[in-house]
Amino acid sequence: MEQFLQVLLSGLATGSIYALAAIGFTLVWQAAQTVNFAQGEFVMLPAFFVLIAMNSGLPLPLALIVALAVSVFVLGFLFKKAIVEPMQKHGNGGGLSLIIATMALAIFLKESVKEFYGAEAQPYPPLISGGTWNIGGAIVSVTDIAHLAISLGVVVGLTLFLNRTRTGRAMQATAQNPAVAEILGVDTNRMVLYTFLINAALASLASFLITPVYLAKFSNGEYLGLIAFIAAIVGGFNQIRGALAGGLLIGVLDNITATYITAEYRAAIPLVLLIGIILFRPQGLLGTSEGRTV
Amino acid sequence: MNAIPKWLWIALGLAVLIVAPIGQGNYFTLILCSWLMFTIAAMGLNLTLGYAGQISLAQASFMAVGAYITALLTLNGIHWIVAMPAAVVACFFIGLLVGFPALRVKGHFLAFVTLAFNTLVVLVLRNEDWLTGGSYGKFNMPRPDFWIFNTARKSDVLGIALSSNQKIYYLCLITFVVFAALMYGLIRSPWGRAFKGLRENPIRAESLGLDTRRITLLAFAIGSAGGGLAGSLMSPVVQFIEPNSFALVHSLRILLMVVVGGAGYFFGPMLGAAVVILLPEFLRFTQGYYLILYSVAVIILMVYSPSGLMGIGDRILSKLRPQRVVRGDMKEGAQL
Repeated sequence: MEQFLQVLLSGLATGSIYALAAIGFTLVWQAAQTVNFAQGEFVMLPAFFVLIAMNSGLPLPLALIVALAVSVFVLGFLFKKAIVEPMQKHGNGGGLSLIIATMALAIFLKESVKEFYGAEAQPYPPLISGGTWNIGGAIVSVTDIAHLAISLGVVVGLTLFLNRTRTGRAMQATAQNPAVAEILGVDTNRMVLYTFLINAALASLASFLITPVYLAKFSNGEYLGLIAFIAAIVGGFNQIRGALAGGLLIGVLDNITATYITAEYRAAIPLVLLIGIILFRPQGLLGTSEGRTV
Repeated sequence: MNAIPKWLWIALGLAVLIVAPIGQGNYFTLILCSWLMFTIAAMGLNLTLGYAGQISLAQASFMAVGAYITALLTLNGIHWIVAMPAAVVACFFIGLLVGFPALRVKGHFLAFVTLAFNTLVVLVLRNEDWLTGGSYGKFNMPRPDFWIFNTARKSDVLGIALSSNQKIYYLCLITFVVFAALMYGLIRSPWGRAFKGLRENPIRAESLGLDTRRITLLAFAIGSAGGGLAGSLMSPVVQFIEPNSFALVHSLRILLMVVVGGAGYFFGPMLGAAVVILLPEFLRFTQGYYLILYSVAVIILMVYSPSGLMGIGDRILSKLRPQRVVRGDMKEGAQL
């Protein structure tokens, strides 16, 4: 029982970080019909910005802020302006060519990091380091609790922003029906840009939280990207809470499988879940089959 | 351009391919083999993706199935000429199974299902050591012996001394030519038209009496069989296979070949595979930067010409060719 609680909690903590990446993925998909195959690399890269900032002498908190700003600019603004927008202007956004372009972007980011920073896994400072708590016999790490709290806090904040503020509602309108939103005076282009910026910020946060666990390595994105897709689809591609549930579910399942069933096939469980969900409930566990919301 | 008929171009290309490895070293010959193998795999995917419009990110896993079946059979003393069809047929039926999700979901979702399938296949290959050799893979697969044409050994054929690698290249070339001819016939057959109908407008295709269900499954199955054929060549050519040679990255590479070359063009995959396999060799002087340059080139290509290199060629040709000009007064009339 104690062990189960431990496994469950650390699964939830990792899962909540996956959920951040998955939510960003969902947002961009909803707002711009862009399936971002480079999402994993978007989570890999910000950690390297932190390392670069720290190498040039900045303290950790300042380095985090600089990295966040750079990531939002590069992965949000530049990604939209330099890749997604020109493709949509040529009338082929959302199609196969955009998928290929984001795949190429993933290679580009990965290889650039490998070439200009290094192929070795780099140690990365933890955001929160704490001891352990003893809750009813279960040893629970403070870091896990903090990760869970931060991620859930961000998700709640984001939901409030999208539902309660004028900008948030305009973003939802853009995702649901761009044409009507535009008629009603919403600057849809700007709203889509906001979505990209939010995605970049979420990916950076996920990066800051997860990199201490995996160490900073150029190839981190391959696994993280796959998990983000799976979480987004399993939970329901058109809902924030779906992506959240998907992320948590994958995190917990992964841990439970590794501990109790098979370590060899732990990576297979999310994939089987993905195939099953797509075949039998394509709208996802929490998704609705029609209509889209941010 | 039009003065030279198409078949002459093809004959010229074939002649170049026949003399290409003569006098060349092992390295160049094996690069050409790899180009031929990946072209076969990419042509298979081109049928699924380019003609039938069904996205698949699992082509490398079919190469894996083909390669492992061939390896297991030939290592147990069965001749390649028997092992190869077995591998192709197995891939055909597995492709049929993978095609079933395509009946329910389209586009991105299909991409994810096939992506998951590829990753699962690699996991099984890695974990089932008793059959697949685990992460060590299978090695020392024998090269086939065709009586006077023994690809395992160096000998004189028609007075030309050919090394084992050169002979295996000709095996690849013959397979490639036969496969390409079959594909060409298939695309021009009613089935080929049915595939295009499925891509352009599935609802209309169905209303014209086409069994879209069967055609979708067939598109997957035949495309996958192409992957299996490429895999069954890989086994004797490389003589070493391991799970990582068939990871998701390689499926993406094959997809790149199809799209960069031009999806839905018959010669697209050949050009695409040449670019993906040979370009890195030419860019070798840039050392580690070649993948960076390469990915940038792909992004630019996708932004400006989503129909790939063949699409660019088409556009240039159509500019050079004489065209019908709409009469100015007619245009005016249409506006009135």
